[in-house]
Amino acid sequence: MLKLFRYLKNAFLPISVIVILLVLQAGCELSLPTYTSNIVNIGIQQGGIEDAVPEVMREETFWGLTAVMKKKDAEQVKKSYKLYSKKQVSHSKYKDYKKGKLYVCKKLSSDERETLDQTMSKAMLTLSSQAVKQLSANPKAAAGLSKSQQKMMKQMEGININEMPDSIISQAAISFVKSEYQAVGLDLDQLQTNYLLKTGALMIGLALLTMTAAVLVTLLSARLAARLSRTLRDKIFRKVMDFTNSEFDRFSTASLITRSTNDIQQVQMFVTMMFRIVVFAPVMGIGGIFKVLTTNANMTWTIAIGVAAIMMVIFILFSVAMPKFKVLQKLIDRLNLVTREILTGLSVIRAFSTEKHEEERFDEANKTLMKTNLFVNRAMTFMMPVMMLIMNGLTVLIVYVGAGNIDLGKMQVGDLMAFIQYAMQIIMSFLFISMVSIMMPRAQVAAERINEVLDMEVMVKDPECPRQFLPEKKGEVEFKDVYFCYPDADEAVLHNISFTAPAGKTTAFIGSTGSGKSTLINLIPRFFDVTRGYIFIDGQDIRDVSRADLCEKIGYVPQKGVLFSGTIESNLKYGKEDATEEEVRRAARIAQAADFIEEKEEKYQSPIAQGGSNVSGGQKQRLSIARAVAKDPEIYIFDDSFSALDYKTDVALRSALQKETNGSTTLIVAQRISTILHADQIIVLDEGNIVGRGTHEELLKSCPVYQQIAKSQLSEDDLKKAKEVSAHE
Amino acid sequence: MSNNTRKRGPMGGHGRGIAPAGEKAKDLKGTMKKLIKYMRRYYTAVLFVILFAIVSTIFNIVGPTILGDATTEIFNGLMRKIGGNGGIDFEKVSHILFMLLSLYVVSAVFSFLQGLIMTHVSNNVTYQMRNDISEKIHRMPMKYFESRTYGEVLSRVTNDIDTLGQSLNQSMTQIITSATQIIGVLVMMLRISLPMTGVVLLTLPLSMGLIGAIMSKSQPYFKAQQKYLGKLNGQVEEIYSGHNIVKAFHREEKEIEAFEEINGKLYHSAWKSQFFSGAMMPLMQFVGNLGYVLVAILGGFLVIKNSIEVGQIQSFIQYVRNFSQPITQLAQVGNMMQTTAAAAERVFEFLEEEEETEIERNVVPIESLNGNVTFEHVSFGYHPEQTIINDFSVNVKAGQKVAIVGPTGAGKTTLIKLLMRFYDVNGGSIKIDGHDLREFVRSDIRQMFGMVLQDTWLYNGTVRDNIRYGKLDASEEEIQGAARAAFAHHFIVTQPGGYDMVINEESNNVSQGQKQLLTIARAILADPKILILDEATSSVDTRTEERIQKAMDNLMEGRTSFVIAHRLSTIRDADVILVMNHGDIVEQGSHEELLAKGGFYADLYNSQWEAV
Repeated sequence: MLKLFRYLKNAFLPISVIVILLVLQAGCELSLPTYTSNIVNIGIQQGGIEDAVPEVMREETFWGLTAVMKKKDAEQVKKSYKLYSKKQVSHSKYKDYKKGKLYVCKKLSSDERETLDQTMSKAMLTLSSQAVKQLSANPKAAAGLSKSQQKMMKQMEGININEMPDSIISQAAISFVKSEYQAVGLDLDQLQTNYLLKTGALMIGLALLTMTAAVLVTLLSARLAARLSRTLRDKIFRKVMDFTNSEFDRFSTASLITRSTNDIQQVQMFVTMMFRIVVFAPVMGIGGIFKVLTTNANMTWTIAIGVAAIMMVIFILFSVAMPKFKVLQKLIDRLNLVTREILTGLSVIRAFSTEKHEEERFDEANKTLMKTNLFVNRAMTFMMPVMMLIMNGLTVLIVYVGAGNIDLGKMQVGDLMAFIQYAMQIIMSFLFISMVSIMMPRAQVAAERINEVLDMEVMVKDPECPRQFLPEKKGEVEFKDVYFCYPDADEAVLHNISFTAPAGKTTAFIGSTGSGKSTLINLIPRFFDVTRGYIFIDGQDIRDVSRADLCEKIGYVPQKGVLFSGTIESNLKYGKEDATEEEVRRAARIAQAADFIEEKEEKYQSPIAQGGSNVSGGQKQRLSIARAVAKDPEIYIFDDSFSALDYKTDVALRSALQKETNGSTTLIVAQRISTILHADQIIVLDEGNIVGRGTHEELLKSCPVYQQIAKSQLSEDDLKKAKEVSAHE
Repeated sequence: MSNNTRKRGPMGGHGRGIAPAGEKAKDLKGTMKKLIKYMRRYYTAVLFVILFAIVSTIFNIVGPTILGDATTEIFNGLMRKIGGNGGIDFEKVSHILFMLLSLYVVSAVFSFLQGLIMTHVSNNVTYQMRNDISEKIHRMPMKYFESRTYGEVLSRVTNDIDTLGQSLNQSMTQIITSATQIIGVLVMMLRISLPMTGVVLLTLPLSMGLIGAIMSKSQPYFKAQQKYLGKLNGQVEEIYSGHNIVKAFHREEKEIEAFEEINGKLYHSAWKSQFFSGAMMPLMQFVGNLGYVLVAILGGFLVIKNSIEVGQIQSFIQYVRNFSQPITQLAQVGNMMQTTAAAAERVFEFLEEEEETEIERNVVPIESLNGNVTFEHVSFGYHPEQTIINDFSVNVKAGQKVAIVGPTGAGKTTLIKLLMRFYDVNGGSIKIDGHDLREFVRSDIRQMFGMVLQDTWLYNGTVRDNIRYGKLDASEEEIQGAARAAFAHHFIVTQPGGYDMVINEESNNVSQGQKQLLTIARAILADPKILILDEATSSVDTRTEERIQKAMDNLMEGRTSFVIAHRLSTIRDADVILVMNHGDIVEQGSHEELLAKGGFYADLYNSQWEAV
């Protein structure tokens, strides 16, 4: 997996931007609960009063508070407040207060405010309790106090300030502040509304920032992932274009196709997800834990329980379901196989009337698949409710434990709500991480498969400084002591092959399956390179010239007609893009393809479907011969290209070829003796050795392997007749 | 998309954000009706699913209210404590929390039960559907399969039904839970506060508009992505399969160029579609947060006016969170339904295809037939307007050998297909011992025939199973006897496992020639009265070739045989030669007769010796 990331090397900038944005997003998302809790805590519960540091105080309150403080603290308070004279007051926003001077708070740093908050709140409480004592002695004065102050008084009775929990002190202090504001004549409702609007605006701003960051991350990561997969696809495709048969055999074509398509798709999906989840979830998780620790440490264990429970459920579920998941794919493949077998063997099935048997076979595969699928689906069905239950259960637990803490004054109701939110975020991030760790292996496998292709050492390479063909020769092919052994095979397929195919002549190769004749001929266009020995074309080792030059000389026709999607014309021009219309028509005529092309409605512009599936086998073969002919090459290579044709077409085609391509060297691999009867030279192969060479006549006399092949294909009569014909010649 | 057999793994189908809408069904309503009708066996089960889902969802909805009660209780307790008259009533809080927990447990149980039943239903539906398709295949005319690729049918059996099963499972549950949730949450919110609910509902058009806008914006990119991915995969498949040609014609650079062009287009549509579907989540979250803030501020005002309690705001806020989620889900389900319908439509299309009709008129026991075959003025065409066999008559006596010759594409297999009743003649008749083929049940008449085709068909099973295919109740001796007669016994016993050797999936662990021998053994075991043979064009190694020849001779012994012949020796030995060209029978007679005639056959025969 990591290896693939090397292709992201030049994407350092976008990646770092993504990470920064993700951290930003996580930060914002984690701050949101603070604001939500503040809205409830301060905005609603405390009426918008944040702490025990009043913005404004009456003169007498100020002196009262400073009087009950330590000297040092009192100094601090005096420094933080400014005295407004009566005149100043009437010009300030407190002009409604007509009774005297006011102390107004200066701008404070958050640290200063916090220390002030503590000293002030204690002082407020002390003052209140003294007032209570005084008031108890003087009920008349008590009657002059506001209702809330009276309530406060009551609460203060018999309470030892030092024993009081902080949160209750601050709650009490806020009541004090509230009543002070009231006394000054501030509009408390207005104050609360302002606070709510301010916090709300902040929260929306934060949410906007979160969204912007998230959208940008999506934008960048989508581009990055798509770019990575584009790069990978290009690289793989280029690499595979360099592959020759041996690499194709190694991987199998089907597997290479999967690697170039599905596997890359998998990696792309994973990379997109990676940024959104793999990076984001831990950031959120860690951030959440950090926040929780600062909120209230002694409840963190509840989250640990939740996380442990979730992890356990995931672990159990996947250790139960995972093996079945793997089986599932096999069962789907099995069902596919049975269906494919039924479809391909339909005529056989009908011929033997085994429909019932096939239905049973299908049902068996279907049933096992269904059962396993049911199991896996049920296991997954189990997951959602359990996860929900764990999360809900955790909420209940937090509320229960939190109630105790609130009672002890260690936390506030709003904190509890924020804690629940953080807990959910942490759990979710763990959930995501574990999900990803389950998906990771799949992407990993895909990545490995891609890497295998990319890291493959290509066997056939272009020379660094290619030489030119000798100009005086025109299509002479020479094999000199050629050995060939497939990679990883123990035994050589070809042994000590030496021959010369003279320019302009026809050389044919015959032998039973496995004799190596196709391999031999495939060495010429360098589908493989020889293991030992040399192949010369026009006096030059084919490994010393550029592949472009080599291919220029060769017109290759494969065993099975292969066409590409496009039109008939585009296929015929495949080897020579600038071929004229006349050249294309001539090639089609020689390959005996002109007739059926002309019969088509769109003639040479008739579309060819992918892989040439819309023309018959024989037509495909003729078109692929025409494709080679259109190129007008010096050397023709026919790899058993005629066996899909019937005798008549075969003969007509070869005679046309002979007439029209005079001067080209022709190399033919054939199954049928009749195809090669008239070759200038026939080379008989048996188990990778040359066991005979000569003309048909000579070989019939001298070569036992040739005789055997001839006998199996032709009757005595035919042989005699063939003899007559060639004698006649 | 060609060859798109995406493997579905553990997370299959659970995408983040809005799922891409696949192809749309042509007739959404009709297909859904059919699907519902198809599921009639499971109506009761589905009823329970709906019931359980509703119950579970309702319980889950009530949850936050009770949690709100708990926090209110705590808050009040705190206030009491500050007020000096009491504190948190832990007994009451515990009681509420216990209630809440039991509610959640019950909800989980119901949700689990609902899931269990639903997976049962969806799995059974897919199982039943697959079997229906499998049975359907055998009732359909050959014509259907000849005009389609295997992949097409295959993808219906696997991909389409898979999609159907998965989305059925998910969308069904989601529709119910989402709808219940939306209604339930709405009711709960209304109960708490009418103005606050109003605020939430105001954000609804915003989120709906957002979903709509993004979906319509992203749709073309998704389509483009699918298109280019399909193109790209097609190109990869084509070029890889024909890589030798690409190399031999030195077209690598050109192909890379073409590939990169499509790849570039894919890149653009891919990141855009990914971006739009990914951007949906944060946008919806923002709308959610917006609603949240609005609700909180409004809540603050209401608290000032003493018309609402703190705990109520808390539960209301939770509802707000739960409100936007099912709406997004419903939008997703809408998409999923499209995919479901498209998949279901293709399956139903297949299931509704025309079937072969059997008109049984005169049942003569097959055993009593000898194998005299008569073609009487047969005319036939694959399409009614295009007759390819015109007025063909021939009389083949039991035990005779008929060679069918002609160039490729001359229609030799057409004749065989008529004989096997893969197709019925348009005019005239084919008779066996004087009985028209059409009087028999197809499968009965086919028991008369044995068939050895050029592309041998073996399946992934043991060698024994493959031979036994000719006669499913054959004994071990019969199987081995057939193998001996087909000269296959020797090679079978030399294989690892002998008769128990498993033919692998690609059936490439036996050679081409050996496959031929096995199919011959199969035909021998079936012991048919009439034989159909298709001689191989490409030769195998000489020794096997000889064996096949001998095995075929054994097989033909005493049976009426129709041979699509490529070997001259076979042709010359035939009692009747049917010469075909351009789909029609142009000549018939024995070798000598035809040579003497000097027509098409003589031309064909002599052509191979033509001087080149």
